Amino acid sequence: MEASGQAAGQAVALPRERARAGEPWAARVGRAVARGPLNILLAVLAVMWLVPTLGLLLTSLLPATAITQQGWWNVVAHPSLATWENYRAIFANSAITSALWTTVQIAVFNTVLLVVVASLAGYAFAWLDFRGRDWLFVGVIALLVVPLQVALIPIFTIYQDTGLFDTVLGLVLFHVAFGLPFGIFLMRNFFIGIPRDIMESARIDGASEWRIFTRLILPLGLPAIASLAIFQFLWTWNDLIVALTFGRNTQPLTVAIFSQTRQFGSNIELIAPASFLSLAIPLVVFLAFQRFFVQGLLAGSVK
Amino acid sequence: MEASALPAATGAGRRRRERLVPLLFLAPALIFLLVWLVYPTVRTVVRSFFGRSGSDFVGFDNYKALFTTDTLRTAIKNNVIWVAVVPAFVTAIGLIFAVLTERIRWSTAFKTVVFMPMAISLFAAGVIWRVMDQTDPSLGTVNATLKVVHDAFGSSGPLTTAQPSTPALTGSPSSGFVLRAVVRPGGVALMGLTAIPPDEVPAAAPDAVRPAPRAGAIGGVVWRDFKPGGGRPGVVERGEQGLGGVDVELRPAAAGGAVASTTTAANGSFSFGDVRPGSYRVAIASSTFAAPFAGVNWLGPKLITPAVMIAYVWVWAGFAMVIIAAGLSAISREVLEAARTDGATEWQVFRRVTVPLLAPVLSVVFITMIINVLKVFDIVLSVAPQSSQDDANVIALAMWRTSFGGVNDFGLGSAIAVFLFVLVLPVLALNVRRFRRET
Repeated sequence: MEASGQAAGQAVALPRERARAGEPWAARVGRAVARGPLNILLAVLAVMWLVPTLGLLLTSLLPATAITQQGWWNVVAHPSLATWENYRAIFANSAITSALWTTVQIAVFNTVLLVVVASLAGYAFAWLDFRGRDWLFVGVIALLVVPLQVALIPIFTIYQDTGLFDTVLGLVLFHVAFGLPFGIFLMRNFFIGIPRDIMESARIDGASEWRIFTRLILPLGLPAIASLAIFQFLWTWNDLIVALTFGRNTQPLTVAIFSQTRQFGSNIELIAPASFLSLAIPLVVFLAFQRFFVQGLLAGSVK
Repeated sequence: MEASALPAATGAGRRRRERLVPLLFLAPALIFLLVWLVYPTVRTVVRSFFGRSGSDFVGFDNYKALFTTDTLRTAIKNNVIWVAVVPAFVTAIGLIFAVLTERIRWSTAFKTVVFMPMAISLFAAGVIWRVMDQTDPSLGTVNATLKVVHDAFGSSGPLTTAQPSTPALTGSPSSGFVLRAVVRPGGVALMGLTAIPPDEVPAAAPDAVRPAPRAGAIGGVVWRDFKPGGGRPGVVERGEQGLGGVDVELRPAAAGGAVASTTTAANGSFSFGDVRPGSYRVAIASSTFAAPFAGVNWLGPKLITPAVMIAYVWVWAGFAMVIIAAGLSAISREVLEAARTDGATEWQVFRRVTVPLLAPVLSVVFITMIINVLKVFDIVLSVAPQSSQDDANVIALAMWRTSFGGVNDFGLGSAIAVFLFVLVLPVLALNVRRFRRET
């Protein structure tokens, strides 16, 4: 099948080759000209997608006195206008710096916990035999789309009764729970792709399930673990609704900024740099690990 | 970990351990799912039948309120619009981008740029667009762009308002001013205006000059027929300034549109050369008084939902593009090439081959977007100012505002949450069915 496919590919490619040989560079120039409008169109689209974020960055660099008077493009025209003063101000603002620290705690703590819990369960669903396994997994799939709004009110009451309200731990546990259906799904589907021979030989050698899990599954599952970790990190770093509901003084960055937006016009010199700060870190994570992010997205969405 | 140390365990013990091991692996996950997802869902359903205090059973009253309260009905209506517009739009944009990027060399860079907003929180994306959507064209990027386009097609006039200085001129700023008297070639048109706001005439504007008549041409002057101390109406005097940049038209005396138009010089003078014999009327065009572009009020009550949708599409287009591009790369090149060698145009290949082959991927993107759109929350909260949040309301936001945003009615809030849950049930069923078919 492979061979016939190649042959067909060559057959299709041949007439094209001949046409190309006939007009060596005229054709190439013609093609480039034909592609010109497409390149321009896509360049315009790329700029359209880039400008909003760039606009926020440059707005955050405007001096506080100019920020309500001038658009960000003035910074492009007069680069001397730019100043780090707003950033100095938000790093001197204890509300913002403590919110940044809270965000880091929530995101890191809950990502680690989720990866551990989801890998354990994913392994059980992929390689352990027990009664009701498929039914249980169907249950996990059913939970994939449950909106977190259905849990807010009961958990609010539970948290108030147990003292978890307004704590980092409370937020972390909620995020882990709602990350689990996707996490288990992702892990199980990846682990199940590990060749059966490897598993069988490990079991014949007498390795315990725990040993197989830590020595074999986790190392082999690293790409999937990376995908899940990045997803969960971004998801919790970017969360607003959970922290807004279960926190008062435990404020991550999004909530701290949100509480400022009621006077949007008057304190945009705080909102703009703080917002950019809050999106810069996920952006760096995303650009560094884009490959894993896309893999996770593909594995998760082609259900 | 002790399993390997006890190879000779009894049969019964081994079986018990075999049942225990999966449970140990699953226990943490099951506890989380039961406590944080399953129990609360049941509890919310029960709670939705109780009133605000939580002890009074009210039957379906909360659900009745859900469909009769004004702000909640707006929320439902808006969510219907969201579901009808956004998933289709995002999928279409993703498809177009995915197909187009295949033909350029820098497709990786393009994909990264469009995909980037996915990393940003919807809340921060909302802040970004709140800055973009500011009404004042000197602050908001969107309106600044629209102003450039607007000015390219018809610039704003030099004046906003004015009155004729004598009854010789009739009309108003909105319709323009026309000289009553007919003018023939060789004639001069004197068009005096008063009641002009002082800041609309530059202090350095030169004095108006009454042009000399010229054979075969119609000349004239538009000037501010007023000077400190008054001056005589209808007479061009020293100290009275010319009005530059005014649009003047020459119309046939009988009827019909302008046959010629020009703009006055700084001293207010203008001239139409080589005019054919006949009688004409001279008019100041209404474009002279066109107001400058003030900016579209994106964040006001009327346009707030489209404004939030634009921000949302900006975020999610990259998701659709990446998923569809992956599907596209799985399509066999040969099928496309075969269609092309058979003489199909690019459009036919796209319409008849690419799209049908991509249908499963497109439906995944579309369904995922429906789920996402039903849960839309943060971005509405950050794009919409307090004043237009009622107009931008959606179900998830209404649930939060009812439960935690001041009203604090857990009964009604639970009913809204259950309603949202019911809306995603079809997708839940679809996912389960698809999984069971695979195994």
